[in-house]
Amino acid sequence: MIYVPGDAAAVAVGADAVAAALTAALPGAALVRTGSRGLFWLEPMIEVATPAGRIAYGPVTPQDVPGLLAAGMPAGGAHPLRLGRPEDLPFLRRQTRLTFARCGIVDPRCIEDYRAQRGYAGLARALSLGPAATLDEVVQSGLRGRGGAGFPTGIKWRTVAAASGARKYIVCNADEGDSGTFADRMIMEGDPFVLIEGMTIAGFATGATHGYIYVRSEYPHAIAALGEAIAIARATGWLGANVADGGFAFDLEVRVGAGAYVCGEETALLDSIEGKRGQVRAKPPLPAHAGLFGMPTVINNVISLASVPVILADGAAAYRDFGIGRSRGTMPIQLAGNIRHGGLFEAAFGVTLGELVDDIGGGTASGRPVRAVQVGGPLGAYFPPALFDTAFDYEAFAARDGLIGHGGIVVFDDSVDMAQQARFAMAFCAIESCGKCTPCRLGATRGVEVIERIAAGEAVAANRALLEDLCSTMKLGSLCALGGFTPYPVMSALLHFPEDFTGSARRAAAA
Amino acid sequence: MHGSEPWSAERGAEIIERHRHGEGALLPLLHAVQAAFGHVPEDAVRMAAAALNLSRAEVFGVVSFYHDFRAAPAGRHVLKLCQAEACQAMGCRALTAHVTERLGVGPGGTTGDGRVTVEATYCLGLCATAPSAMLDGQVLGRLTPARLDAALERLA
Repeated sequence: MIYVPGDAAAVAVGADAVAAALTAALPGAALVRTGSRGLFWLEPMIEVATPAGRIAYGPVTPQDVPGLLAAGMPAGGAHPLRLGRPEDLPFLRRQTRLTFARCGIVDPRCIEDYRAQRGYAGLARALSLGPAATLDEVVQSGLRGRGGAGFPTGIKWRTVAAASGARKYIVCNADEGDSGTFADRMIMEGDPFVLIEGMTIAGFATGATHGYIYVRSEYPHAIAALGEAIAIARATGWLGANVADGGFAFDLEVRVGAGAYVCGEETALLDSIEGKRGQVRAKPPLPAHAGLFGMPTVINNVISLASVPVILADGAAAYRDFGIGRSRGTMPIQLAGNIRHGGLFEAAFGVTLGELVDDIGGGTASGRPVRAVQVGGPLGAYFPPALFDTAFDYEAFAARDGLIGHGGIVVFDDSVDMAQQARFAMAFCAIESCGKCTPCRLGATRGVEVIERIAAGEAVAANRALLEDLCSTMKLGSLCALGGFTPYPVMSALLHFPEDFTGSARRAAAA
Repeated sequence: MHGSEPWSAERGAEIIERHRHGEGALLPLLHAVQAAFGHVPEDAVRMAAAALNLSRAEVFGVVSFYHDFRAAPAGRHVLKLCQAEACQAMGCRALTAHVTERLGVGPGGTTGDGRVTVEATYCLGLCATAPSAMLDGQVLGRLTPARLDAALERLA
């Protein structure tokens, strides 16, 4: 058996061509397209099943295929590209894979494979516990929203369970628009059944019968994988009028976004599913009380929902034992941008930023010194290496005026111009603003202008003061995180890299 | 991901009829229209409004809100260049300048011969294999000017 990732990032660097070369050279050989293990500098990374376990090779090009076959690759033969057992690679060995336990291993189109690897053990335990005790388990696990807001998932579910409505909904936010993040995409492509199981458990626990997965249109591979998995789950009785003969109904459908970043904000997302412009709603009411079509609605990120099956299967205590402080369990951290070893690193909360970037990530891909990292997407703060002792934990980042967001870390080397990055943060907010509130709609455009004036050396001190004032207005006055958090990258760039805001067009060091 | 059928009111009506039912039907309906015709023609806006009992302004408001929906057809090929931070860290600004130089149009433009439309996109989720792009729905990672040139040369 040969495993070749069908993950979009692996495909983007040639996995389809490698699969085609293997099929041509070995007609009739069993080839499975899995998700990715998340070691993207080694992609396309192929694996073969041997008596000693799986053996990986990578990065493989179609031109390598004849040589690999001559070296006896299907039986794990020696070759310069042979990496050994994937589990023994330091990048994987140092991880705690709970949510991503199966990603890159199982066939995402095979529900039997999923079940053979402890799939649906969580739902089975939920059914034996009943809805109330299932809610308790999720609360006790300490799971907090992995989309970025960090709200306790179990509390949200309990609110929906207690709310009354003609219908209740489970909505999965798969509008993963933050640059530097791809965990949702990987799980949807590599282990879609775990998301379906998590949503089914949410439906069972709260009494919701219908679910939507709102996926961004930039993710065609994930949309296809989910569509296939949902059809399989329906055909095998894991979705439908009587799920797993458990006496409850739950079904799911995929909705495709249309290129609006702001639809990752939960209330804009609900309006978008309803067929409207994706504009943010004022809260209250909370979606848990009046969400999709005015009905009680659980809205959670992909990773939050995909973490529920393992919490139920192993028990809340086993999950809660990982992590520090109020950040319990594991977080799939994504190492991206200018980084030598980029990929998916799932670990208990508490690992430091420096360990992640320098040690695990191996520093920059360019080989130049790290100058800045942006954590938490386009609304996250830029941190200099001086803050690399910050622990990966919701509160530790907040204490340093940052956020972990959805767990993406984008690394920049010393050629970065931080005034240009601050300008981009404002420009992006201006492009993506839904237009409903003034601080965001107008503030972002004014922000671009003020930063341009600073970069041009125009009344630098006065314009810096104006920028700080504008950021404070946006932070306190915006309706949602788009306008409210855009000040994070801007202010952190200004605070930690003041030398880039002096009006001299570019830093000498960048030349 | 964009169709090339010429607009036909009959075909449009058929697509709208198929997608008008169910909760929140407008977005799936507009996606289906664009998948067939490559854009959302004004006639389709009018017909969708009538089918869903909405005003034309409401439907137009939705079409214009979302970056994906086009009021006019794109070029024969669509190149989406990621412009977000992870790709910036790996040189997407220089790559975009290279494409602009080579094709004579930058993001938001279509070549004079209608061959390629270039668009900016903000994240394809390929952030550990940056810089990245999508060419006619095909994902491309670890791009260099040479790799992108080769992909563009293979186009009809």
